[in-house]
Amino acid sequence: MTTAKHFAFYKSFGTVLVLLFVTVPFILLFGFAGALARRSRFFPVRAVGLAYTSMVRGIPDIVFFLFALIALDQGIEYLRHIMLCPDWSEPIRQGSDFIVCPEAKMPLGSAPQWQHEVYGFFLAMTGFAVVFGAFAANTMYGALQAVPRGQLETGVAFGMSPRQIFRRIHLPQMWIYALPGLSNLWMILIKATPLLFLLGVEDIVYWARELGGIKIGLYSYPHGDWRLAYFVVLLVFYLGLTWVSERVFERLTRYVSRGQDTAGGAL
Amino acid sequence: MNILAKMAMATALAAVLGTAAASAQTVRMGTEGAYPPFNFVNDNGEVDGFEREVGDELCARANLDCVWVTNEWDSIIPNLTSGNYDTIIAGMSITDERDQVIDFTQEYFPPDPSRYMALAGAELSDGAVVAAQTATIQAGYLAGTGYTLVEFATPDETVAAVTSGEADAVLADESYLAGIIDASNGELAFVGDPVSIGGGVGIGVRESDGELKDKLNAAIDSMKADGTLAALIAKWFDGRVVSY
Amino acid sequence: MSCTETIVEYGLRAIGIGERLLPKADITLCEQFVLIGSGMIWNLYFALFALAFGFFAATGVALARASSQPLLQLPAKAFIFVIRGSPLFIQFFIAYESFVLIPKLGFDLSLGFVDITVETRWLTKAWLGALVVLFLNTTAYTAQIFHGALLAVPKGDIEAADALGMTPFRKFRRVVWPSMLRLAWASYTNEAIFLFHATALVFFSSFPAWRQEGDALYYANYFADKTFNPFVPYPIIGLYFVIFTIVLIAVLGVVNKRLNRHVPPE
Repeated sequence: MTTAKHFAFYKSFGTVLVLLFVTVPFILLFGFAGALARRSRFFPVRAVGLAYTSMVRGIPDIVFFLFALIALDQGIEYLRHIMLCPDWSEPIRQGSDFIVCPEAKMPLGSAPQWQHEVYGFFLAMTGFAVVFGAFAANTMYGALQAVPRGQLETGVAFGMSPRQIFRRIHLPQMWIYALPGLSNLWMILIKATPLLFLLGVEDIVYWARELGGIKIGLYSYPHGDWRLAYFVVLLVFYLGLTWVSERVFERLTRYVSRGQDTAGGAL
Repeated sequence: MNILAKMAMATALAAVLGTAAASAQTVRMGTEGAYPPFNFVNDNGEVDGFEREVGDELCARANLDCVWVTNEWDSIIPNLTSGNYDTIIAGMSITDERDQVIDFTQEYFPPDPSRYMALAGAELSDGAVVAAQTATIQAGYLAGTGYTLVEFATPDETVAAVTSGEADAVLADESYLAGIIDASNGELAFVGDPVSIGGGVGIGVRESDGELKDKLNAAIDSMKADGTLAALIAKWFDGRVVSY
Repeated sequence: MSCTETIVEYGLRAIGIGERLLPKADITLCEQFVLIGSGMIWNLYFALFALAFGFFAATGVALARASSQPLLQLPAKAFIFVIRGSPLFIQFFIAYESFVLIPKLGFDLSLGFVDITVETRWLTKAWLGALVVLFLNTTAYTAQIFHGALLAVPKGDIEAADALGMTPFRKFRRVVWPSMLRLAWASYTNEAIFLFHATALVFFSSFPAWRQEGDALYYANYFADKTFNPFVPYPIIGLYFVIFTIVLIAVLGVVNKRLNRHVPPE
């Protein structure tokens, strides 16, 4: 229970938590951009917003992760390749190989392992942000629509500019309508984290399988198939995380309900 | 939350801007880390096993700076071609199918016959359920036989399927199963005749990476010539004798 | 081999009909489309049955959750919490591992005209075991949605039903249940989509595929492995899922219209 491998396992719980917290701002950003795009008066922008939200929602996240991240990785390297090595003459695609100049590799081939891990983590985070951003966009779009007309008209009556109305009235009031949807999304996000190991991040599922698997005599502590036990530990971890989240959201709901003309706010 | 976000940005940025400080050429060695004795992750969380020792020795002889990384078996080839690491050294048999997409060095381990393993005393009847790991040469072979193929994602699960009675047998490389049988206290045993499916085990490199392939080939040559490779095989595979 | 021949040979491959060996070399785009499409049969099967059974079970669980009887309320609450609080991925794994441990028994089930031997062993097969997991999963999520809707049914409606002297069952069937569904429908649509997408996890790392019969993702994975190119099979399966998701949304939308048919348009 105290081998280096076990410490890697304990540390991976932290990885999952960090990913969750770091990703949230990006999800909100993507969601917000998506929601605004869908409300745009300019048709192409609206079309992009709609395409983004409906495409990503239509594809299972697991399928999306399986190819989108390799594509993203190669896309970044391709851009760096164009910028950093303008004189490179060899083709980038040679058969099935994808070759960019060594300076464009992300991270550089010579970089220490931790940089590779951080980069993998960064890619995984982007993947999560794109997928869950689409769901958040949908929620926020609905919430923006749900703010009562009268509230906005009051703003007009006070002679506010459209920008002022949006920032001072529309946006603050949107949160109460968006919160149930967003809290639901958070719960779904928590439960999507076991997919991290698909993205090459050594997360809790990876280590649980690794530690629980059959260990023959080559290992210092041989044992049989203990994966079930390790997975039960993961189950408990996730239940705990959900329980804490529920409590936090209850408080948050009370907070954003202040002064709102809803059942919760009137109390 | 804000601080965390900033920290993540900073580290990501550091990774983007990270500058090269290359002296000897750095080669990233990709392996699965779940296939003892070829490769496995030991209790210190490091890659260990026969291939770790061979790889380190090859790198020393070819004057390469080697870093070990693990990757799921499923996506081990696409991640090589897209450049996430530079070699596959994961007990991978040289096959024509794979050779079309990547290149292999010469073999550093002789063709390993595949064996069926079942509960001791069991016989394999026609139509028996045989487990194999998804996307292995064994899975491809079983699909064309009279046995019922059942596929699992990891080697561990294929063995677990036999002990739990889900499958009647498992088909895998002899050297992998030998270790499992030793550890099973007589519960498991080989059954039926060996089948030879794949070629020898070689190191996979990108087709465009001829230079690296040449270096590794030369290093394997020298390890074969002075007997170090034979000694390592004997050490990890229960005294197996090879004609290198 | 022309594409029509491919369709004939591989169109139903996922359920064991047609050519036994999967294409190995010179894989065409047509073969990828056909086989991955054939795998979608499994995804649709899991989604339809889990949703159909789960829908009714969820009504029961939601009622139990809303009951004032602790004996009904607490188990319902615990069930919803455990299922909603843990990743489906881990549920699949734990379920599969425990199903394997169940002793292999056969029960004779007499249906009057036929005798069926029910084997516990079937639970380790995806068609039953994974269906059970997906069913439990959607039941819990849907029950939570229904429970919320149940609390939101207007008091006046219920009092009106009482005033009309309806029996409790009639009151539920004619007043409470339709209102509940109407209120819950938007969230339920989301849940249905999530469940449909979750079917892609079945063969991915818990339930083994037999005789190379698997779902769409299994075949997409197979092709990605054989062609070493993930950029063809995965977008294909993505396309299939997008199409069927749109169909699913359309079907649920029709139901929504029907549920709201008495509500005057705004």
